[in-house]
Amino acid sequence: MALEDFCSFRNNPHLWTPASLLPPLQNPASSTPGIPKHNHSGRRRSELSNKDDGPPLHLSLPPASAARCLMPTVRRPFPLTHGTTTLGFVFQGGVIAAADTRASAGGLVACPEVHKIIPVHSHLVVTSSGSGADCVLWARALEREIRLYRLRHGRVLSVRGTAKLLAFMLHPFKGTDVCVALTLCGWDQGPNGGPRDGVDQGSAGSSGDATATEALIRIEGTSPAPGHVTQSPVSEQSGLSSSSSSSSSSSSSSSPYSISSTSSTAREGPKVIYVCSDGARLQGELFSVGSGSPYAYGILDGGLRWTLSREEAFSLAREAVFRATHRDAYSGNNVDLVYITEKGWSRRDREDLKEEYYTRKEEIGKIVEERCRKTD
Amino acid sequence: MEYLIGIQGPDFVLVAADSVAASSIIKMKDDHDKMFKLSDNILLLCVGEAGDTVQFAEYIQKNVQLYKMRNGYELSPTAAANFTRKNLADYLRSRTPYHVNLLLAGYDQADGPALFYMDHLSALAKAPFAAHGYGAFLTLSILDRYYKPGGWTGEQDASLLSILNKRFILNLPSFNVRAIDKEGVHDLEKVCGREREREGRERESR
Repeated sequence: MALEDFCSFRNNPHLWTPASLLPPLQNPASSTPGIPKHNHSGRRRSELSNKDDGPPLHLSLPPASAARCLMPTVRRPFPLTHGTTTLGFVFQGGVIAAADTRASAGGLVACPEVHKIIPVHSHLVVTSSGSGADCVLWARALEREIRLYRLRHGRVLSVRGTAKLLAFMLHPFKGTDVCVALTLCGWDQGPNGGPRDGVDQGSAGSSGDATATEALIRIEGTSPAPGHVTQSPVSEQSGLSSSSSSSSSSSSSSSPYSISSTSSTAREGPKVIYVCSDGARLQGELFSVGSGSPYAYGILDGGLRWTLSREEAFSLAREAVFRATHRDAYSGNNVDLVYITEKGWSRRDREDLKEEYYTRKEEIGKIVEERCRKTD
Repeated sequence: MEYLIGIQGPDFVLVAADSVAASSIIKMKDDHDKMFKLSDNILLLCVGEAGDTVQFAEYIQKNVQLYKMRNGYELSPTAAANFTRKNLADYLRSRTPYHVNLLLAGYDQADGPALFYMDHLSALAKAPFAAHGYGAFLTLSILDRYYKPGGWTGEQDASLLSILNKRFILNLPSFNVRAIDKEGVHDLEKVCGREREREGRERESR
């Protein structure tokens, strides 16, 4: 990344810790054995060749966390930004991502107009919560990796693959003070480019299963013919366990919100996946993250249905963020709303919740007045 | 908070896991699958620290599949269990231990059903029945009392899980249940509380 390159971080990672806290190095020039050689994005370079293509997946060793030993915690000059309310959910018309716009540092509103919904590509946005600086950094890193993937493989990585890539990128920093909780909200295009709607459960579930098995076989075979676009087998195989289980129970129901949840394994359609710096990676239909999330869950769990119209979904998302910002001190200011369909993402205008609050207060005041007049 | 249980029958292994993925006080997901299919006849159930579970389980899963691709035949449940234990033990005294508790269940064509208990200190034990989590304190005694080798038929699971509904302070609303026999892994009906059943019926009728 630019900052790393500029500071020559990758060449000398051990120089970036307070020297007094490190044991004296015998030979600072030689690389310490336990630390994997870092490439420019922190991924390990292959021992055999200097080629660095493809996502950072290495089958013979799970990613080790060098950062944990080298980076003892440095005391911060001021508390980091943590409070927020973000949410994302799927419904029949696509995906809605909503967030407030307040960045707080302890009790101070550091910035009232932050963008917490960051686009990654035309069909994927990321809502961020946790430490503001970390979120911006990791969203940018993710955007870069997705662009590189697109250049190398000629197609956009699926939302599940993106989530896995992000989780792998965050894993070396587990145990350090990196704090990000991102919700990837996106729409997967079909392999033929023309997206089929995700309601077609039976064929989507079984075709996902078949392709996962095909992909399994393809690894040991020869490389595919040039010009033939294949599904990246490693990233899609995580579906192996879930797709086999859901295809056997997919006959029982057709609703996307059913317990067997076959829409999660459909290869096209809306997706919401939660990734956090602990390493958790969860796919689901509704996620709300941040200090205001319990308040938002209260509104969303009551009102969310698959069959919502677009306007109803907008108003539900706005209501949830509004109620959370009302009760949570660390969320507030405005609400951002982005909706993603098969055509891509589009943003609604930012709305000031202060106006909303006063409008509603007026309405309630009028109702109370009416009632008082009637009872008089 | 998380709960795993496995019971070995005469020619099958029954495993169940709760389906809640939680983050502090919030249930982020209530249909989360904690079972990883290592091969057609082996399941790995994995609970523990948030990122470690999926990272470690998927690593084991991919390596078991890689073994099959390289050698043309699958690892037996015993071999897979020992492979898992070795990896967990290797990382235990490194800077990056994986804090996970596992159950590994499988059916071997030669040796029959097998259930292995593994904890985060990489202790491995083959057992006729095993459980992880706070719920284990409540259910192991029932199994001790009523289990007979070759005598577990499978209708008793619902009664086992009902003790959790009755006595466990945390509400574990639903469980994924699977059985492994010589034909492979089978999904059994999810055991749900009354509310979830009603919700499920409402969704299906929509």
